Amino acid sequence: MSCQRAQELIHGYVDGELDPANNLEIERHINECQVCANTYRSQTTLRSSLRDKSLYYPASEKLKKRIQSAVREEAKSERSPRALGWRWVAVGASLAFMVLIGVLMWRILPGVSRPSSDELLAQELVSNHVRSLLLGGSHLTDVLSSDQHTVKPWFDGKVDFAPPVKDFAGQDFRLYGGRLEYLNNRSVATLIYQRRLHYINLYIWPTEQSGSTGEVTFQRQGYNLIHWTSSGMNYWAVSDLNNVELHEFARLVQQQ
Amino acid sequence: MQDERLASFEDAVLPHVDAAHNLARWLTRNDSDADDVVQEAYLRAFKFFGGFHGTDGRSWLLSIVRNTSYTWMQHNRSPQVSVPLDDELEDIESEDLDPEALLQQSQDTEIVRRALEELAVEYREVLVLRELEEMSYKEIAGIIDLPLGTVMSRLARGRKRLQDALTKHMRRRF
Repeated sequence: MSCQRAQELIHGYVDGELDPANNLEIERHINECQVCANTYRSQTTLRSSLRDKSLYYPASEKLKKRIQSAVREEAKSERSPRALGWRWVAVGASLAFMVLIGVLMWRILPGVSRPSSDELLAQELVSNHVRSLLLGGSHLTDVLSSDQHTVKPWFDGKVDFAPPVKDFAGQDFRLYGGRLEYLNNRSVATLIYQRRLHYINLYIWPTEQSGSTGEVTFQRQGYNLIHWTSSGMNYWAVSDLNNVELHEFARLVQQQ
Repeated sequence: MQDERLASFEDAVLPHVDAAHNLARWLTRNDSDADDVVQEAYLRAFKFFGGFHGTDGRSWLLSIVRNTSYTWMQHNRSPQVSVPLDDELEDIESEDLDPEALLQQSQDTEIVRRALEELAVEYREVLVLRELEEMSYKEIAGIIDLPLGTVMSRLARGRKRLQDALTKHMRRRF
């Protein structure tokens, strides 16, 4: 090992940061070279003088207490709503006031702008229908089968009612699969039918009403919806299929 | 949730207040500045504690103390004289101080203290972390955010300069 190299490595040696091979080489060099041995001794002397306790500045007890209470104060202020700042409290309060006014208007002026529960539900169903068709239809079915004897038992244990499931492939409404949804604050069985390139979501859940009601038709965002009740079940059919064919489908379901 | 965070902060970071103060004091070279820097650093550390996932609370805290000290020094006093940052070893062949004379000299702690204080901050900080905190090259590299090789060459140059300063002090005295 050259002196140049030894002088470069001597600090790593003093600091115990060299790999074993270099460690060995430098020890051998120091044994043979007076100049580098001197450097080594100077470094160890320097080290011991720097490690004198009086060169270390520990924190005073006063500072320790000061820091602990500053951090705790900080933690407390993060916890309290004051940390949000008065501006945000003001924004929150005015929002709450606007909502209150809105609710009062809605209550006082029924029929003016208050949507019926069916209209709200229709909107929710259209959103669900659209969502089910997103991502190339990977959300469309939980159970993919055109066999009604596969789809019907699939709902057992998932919903507390037995939705009627029938394939209408003979009438060109092919059963495509089934899906579980949570809509209108309850679990809803959903059957998916296919006609050409169109999908129909048929949502089914039990109703308190006995007997049957006639079909009610809605249109939302270019989608057709038909709603009816029959044999204690609510039915909603949603599709981008035209109204005539969707009515044909609704009649088939009601006649099963 | 908030109390848990405070408790684990007090476990992981609060015990290193001496190390924090020692570094801040050597960087700012002033008692009351050091106290303020450490308090500021602790509040910052508490704020960013969610981002701390390691086990080495001391290194993590010291890197915040270092940053806080540098910010403090920039805002509160004229810039320090900086050394050129070429990292080649220089003057290797210049004669080393006679170890016996150095020993005599370095037993006077006040002279060593002054020599270290007068060292450029780039060298001072690595020497403080290495010799006073006894940290590894790797830990130091993490704190000053530079490669291991730079840590080693800064230590080498820092020690050389410290030795030169001690020699000068000695010549002044005799």
